[in-house]
Amino acid sequence: MGNTAVLVLVVITALGFDFTNGFHDTGNAMATSIATGALGPRVAVALSGVLNLVGAFLSLSVAATIASGLVDTHVVTLTVVFAGLAGGITWNLLTWFFGIPSSSSHALIGGVIGSTIAAAGGSGVLWHGLFSKVIIPAGLSPIIAGLIATIGTYLLYRISKNVTAGARNHGFRIGQIGSASLVSLAHGTNDAQKTMGIITLALIANGTVGSTANAPFWVILSCALAISLGTYAGGWRVIRTLGKGLVEIEAPQGMAAESSSAAVILLSSHFGYSLSTTHVATGSILGTGLGKKGATVRWNVAGRMATAWVFTLPSAGLVGAGGYALAHGIGGTAGVIVDLVILIAIAGTIYLKSRKTAVSHNNVNSEWTGSVAPSESESEPVAA
Amino acid sequence: MNSWINLTALWQIVVVGLLAGAGLPALFAVGLRALNTPAHGVRTVTATGPDAAAESDHVYGGNPAGLAIAALCFAIVLAAIGWGIYLIVSST
Repeated sequence: MGNTAVLVLVVITALGFDFTNGFHDTGNAMATSIATGALGPRVAVALSGVLNLVGAFLSLSVAATIASGLVDTHVVTLTVVFAGLAGGITWNLLTWFFGIPSSSSHALIGGVIGSTIAAAGGSGVLWHGLFSKVIIPAGLSPIIAGLIATIGTYLLYRISKNVTAGARNHGFRIGQIGSASLVSLAHGTNDAQKTMGIITLALIANGTVGSTANAPFWVILSCALAISLGTYAGGWRVIRTLGKGLVEIEAPQGMAAESSSAAVILLSSHFGYSLSTTHVATGSILGTGLGKKGATVRWNVAGRMATAWVFTLPSAGLVGAGGYALAHGIGGTAGVIVDLVILIAIAGTIYLKSRKTAVSHNNVNSEWTGSVAPSESESEPVAA
Repeated sequence: MNSWINLTALWQIVVVGLLAGAGLPALFAVGLRALNTPAHGVRTVTATGPDAAAESDHVYGGNPAGLAIAALCFAIVLAAIGWGIYLIVSST
């Protein structure tokens, strides 16, 4: 029989991860709408939060997939799941601090794989599944999304050439809100399910539910709420990088980017790829910079992101492996608690450090001066 | 087709993605352009100074035929989105 105390800690940590997943990814859907002024920053995160909640209930087909196709479920214990989550959360918070839109899905997958390797060695990992379902799609998806967004942007500017400037802005802002809403919906459908899958995996590992069980309703509800609240909290640092740092965006570009993201995410999940919404959104935004004549694309910002993407799986994996080694070394419930205390300490430190260069709905759209932290003099209030 | 990349899925994602992700917004743009068409044919471009019409937020240009075309375009876009969401929900 399982260990209820550890199970409770795992569920809480999983919901904590879900929350970081939410605020890390708000920008994927809403950064361009905030940057073009189609939506006020606070309205945007509220809308995205609600749609994430709805999206989480929309489709429940992906019950326990994220781990089952990537690691050997027989070697997964509660401690493995816990250490994997700790790796995912740590990487999410670090990248959020630096305003880098890295993939929450990869952070989670990396963490779980790292802790699995620490627990059972490399044979516990289904490498073929990892490459064909995660790594190769991760390389292809931003390129495809970027291509679609480039063509979309070109078409939009071409077709709307004779439309008056005022009408064009007005019209495409409406279109942009619609397409960004679809991305939020898709995000809720995809990412909330990943945490539902992880919690279900923990319940299975603990013997609380049978190995073929679907996610119980309280799991669905709590995951939906956690990702929705996280989205509403708004990862302003990441929003700023995506909306201002990468490309200066106009309304038609925003609509093209969000449409491309929504189409690629929904299509790929239809084919069973647990794609990173972040990679797709970033690819789309880059593409929209390429599709408009004379638009500036900050390739150094893009390069920093791509570097972070490459490191996401191994870094989260290392933290996950370290977390497992520590918890396993101490043993039992005490080991997990020690891990949790360290995790909370890391999270607290990063949060406190972030207060010094806070990015909020007030200064998210300030002029890009080379870093995520807006310079004091140039921060201007944004109508909310 | 090989075991690392599912090429069938890949080209479907690219083709359907282009239709939905670039085609639908393009159709939206066609609708917007039709809606914005002035009542009597081509817009006269003022040579200098800020054009009052260009600055205004009025999307409707005053052409009934344009309005009808726009309504058709927007209806197709909305129907396609609705159909897509239906497909996702029904695949559960």
